[in-house]
Amino acid sequence: MTGEIGQLALALAFALSVVMAIAGLAGARETASPSRAIASSAAIGMFVFVALAFGALTYAFVTSDFSVLNVAQNSHTAKPMIYKITGVWGSHEGSMLLWVFVLAIYSLFIVFAQRGSARLTSAALGVQGLLACAFLLFILFTSNPFLRLDPMPFEGAGLNPLLQDPGLAMHPPMLYIGYVGLSAAFSYAAAALITGESNAAWARAARPFMLLAWIALTLGITLGSWWAYYVLGWGGFWFWDPVENAALMPWLIATALLHSALATERTGAFRSWTLLLAILGFSLSLIGTFLVRSGVLSSVHAFASDPTRGVYILAMLVAAIGGALALFAWRAPQLQGGTAFEPVSKESALLLNNVLLSAAAATVFIGTLYPLLLDAMTGQKISVGPPYFAITFAPIFVVLIALVPFGPRLGWRNGDWRAALRVLAPAFGIALVAVLAVLAFVTPRSLVAAMAFGLGLWTISAAGIDLAKRGDIRALPIGAFASALAHLGLGITLLGITGTTLWRSEALDLLKPGQTMPIAGYTLRLEGVQLLHGPNYLAERATVSVIANNRIIATMAPEKRAFPVEGQATAVTAIRTTGFSDLYLALGDQRGSGWVIRAYVSPLAPFIWFGGAFMALGGIASFWGRLRPRRVSEAKLAAAE
Amino acid sequence: MNPRKRRRLYFAAALLAAGAGGAVLVLGALKDNVLYFYSPSDITAKHVSPGVAFRIGGLVEKGSVSHGAHANVRFVVTDGRAAVPVEFHGVLPDLFREGQGIVAMGALNGTGTFDATEVLAKHDEKYMPPEVVDALKRSGRWKEGGT
Repeated sequence: MTGEIGQLALALAFALSVVMAIAGLAGARETASPSRAIASSAAIGMFVFVALAFGALTYAFVTSDFSVLNVAQNSHTAKPMIYKITGVWGSHEGSMLLWVFVLAIYSLFIVFAQRGSARLTSAALGVQGLLACAFLLFILFTSNPFLRLDPMPFEGAGLNPLLQDPGLAMHPPMLYIGYVGLSAAFSYAAAALITGESNAAWARAARPFMLLAWIALTLGITLGSWWAYYVLGWGGFWFWDPVENAALMPWLIATALLHSALATERTGAFRSWTLLLAILGFSLSLIGTFLVRSGVLSSVHAFASDPTRGVYILAMLVAAIGGALALFAWRAPQLQGGTAFEPVSKESALLLNNVLLSAAAATVFIGTLYPLLLDAMTGQKISVGPPYFAITFAPIFVVLIALVPFGPRLGWRNGDWRAALRVLAPAFGIALVAVLAVLAFVTPRSLVAAMAFGLGLWTISAAGIDLAKRGDIRALPIGAFASALAHLGLGITLLGITGTTLWRSEALDLLKPGQTMPIAGYTLRLEGVQLLHGPNYLAERATVSVIANNRIIATMAPEKRAFPVEGQATAVTAIRTTGFSDLYLALGDQRGSGWVIRAYVSPLAPFIWFGGAFMALGGIASFWGRLRPRRVSEAKLAAAE
Repeated sequence: MNPRKRRRLYFAAALLAAGAGGAVLVLGALKDNVLYFYSPSDITAKHVSPGVAFRIGGLVEKGSVSHGAHANVRFVVTDGRAAVPVEFHGVLPDLFREGQGIVAMGALNGTGTFDATEVLAKHDEKYMPPEVVDALKRSGRWKEGGT
């Protein structure tokens, strides 16, 4: 029964999304207030039915209803309850439904927040309706999660064990809140172009959505990188894998968008550019989702294996991105306004920030898509790995981070760079001391590591100075902490990346029980390997004693799990962290009576994720600051205009 | 020049400079830092020089795996037409088996052995890396053609 309810709910949601699109777009005209009311009701209705469909699929998963094909392919009765629930978005079909669900939630927010003029809201709802319409069609015709399976199998095929992990369970919803949050920015931007409301109201209206999207993307990427670190057993946190890049690109553009929109709101600068970024950000989200979900990445041929899906995806990408860009090309030149600013000013700093972030996103874009393009055109198979990104992406980001501290210290329209430099002098001093100290005391001596470490401390201390100069910290509004927290996070992450990539020690050996291997001041002794039974897996668990100064200081238990149902295996690494450094063990394959053990000591590794958390906190502070004094600041901003 | 025009000019100039700089970096990087994928037969056909990093893919030849001390392992990768010996020091993927498809990253040393820095096999019994399937198909077709 649930399958039919879900199917029906999806069909009704589709019908309502058509109504929402037509009524919303019609409501962009001044006189069409009845159709604005219809668009709002349709958005609410669509949310209800998509939620119903999502609930139906979740119910089918929770009750292990294997008469639904999607459940049979991705679930199993022996799976723990939490992974039955997260299995809902573990498949292509389910994740597309999650996408539309998040889209429906954002549309509901747009209805109830009523930010910006009625015409703007209505047009934004119309564009959201178009997106929902396209996605619901895609689900109904090519990726239906409610297809029946007859005869019903006795048992399901299980979920990919790599996905049976608490970190990864929350990762897709986070990313989707981010991806789809950018759809709201996209819709408001398109609405501004459609209505021709040339003031910056759209940017103010879309700001909370941009922030939400950015916070979620930041957390989603942080979670994903943490997951890769502790599950994959390579000790790395970022592999420049196309799937990771697919999330990084929208994040880079969303970061640029947040900064550019700041200028648009305050002084009206970069109006067209901010609109373009909002369009690009969501376009990259779309490209990212489909790169990951269509199977194009793991194999270009998977694209052709389901021609309907592939063609539909391409058509949708072209329509959404091409349509929005055409709208931009047509309407943006008519937008009036904009104000002048001096070469040294906050606007210039934000401009530089945007140029660098866009360039960084472009290098990632090329590195990700070039192999696909080359394979499609010449059949030649290449992979673009870390060396490419190390010499393209890294230099751009180094320049960006070096300049970050100046932005908050420069005034709007006309800044004084000498004054900024004077204020930031102590931070520069701290960074210089750090560079010299690293060169003097850390072996192996590396100028790159010293400079990167100094750069991290420069950003961190500059963020502290910036905050201190704003006045009494207890009296500051929460919003004032936003940029300092985010920039602080950036510096902390940079320290973590420096430590993990440049100062990491690695050891790898084949150990029989009782044998030892040394790593970075510790001695590791394999005590034994036990066989254990988990709820739906068999595990080999090694017991490893960590010895320092002839004393056992800890016992660690890296594991390997074999999932008989899925016919797959995963590693569970053992990590002992002090907060400043990680000792990291992974159990490798068995050879004769010994096991391969891989060990890393990664100084500052936890900083990577602490930094991500601080960046997200910065976003949350900004969001909070926007919500609380909304009335006051909007009145003030209106008066200023 | 009015301020608006001047601002646009700055913007365009900055964008152009960043674009040009980015293009130079990207083109340089793509030229030297791309890993090509070769099957064992490609290696003999294309005369890959020692020391050049690339990815190799094929099946692990039956009976070819031998373990040395300190997690060293040697095996032979084949596509049915040509075979290349591989040396590796590290953790083998969980489903590394004889007869299974793998992809390895590394470079040839002077003696024609592939020194692998990484060995990958998707964690799935049924899964075959797409490059390997392609390489096998190509060598298979070649046999069918009878040349």
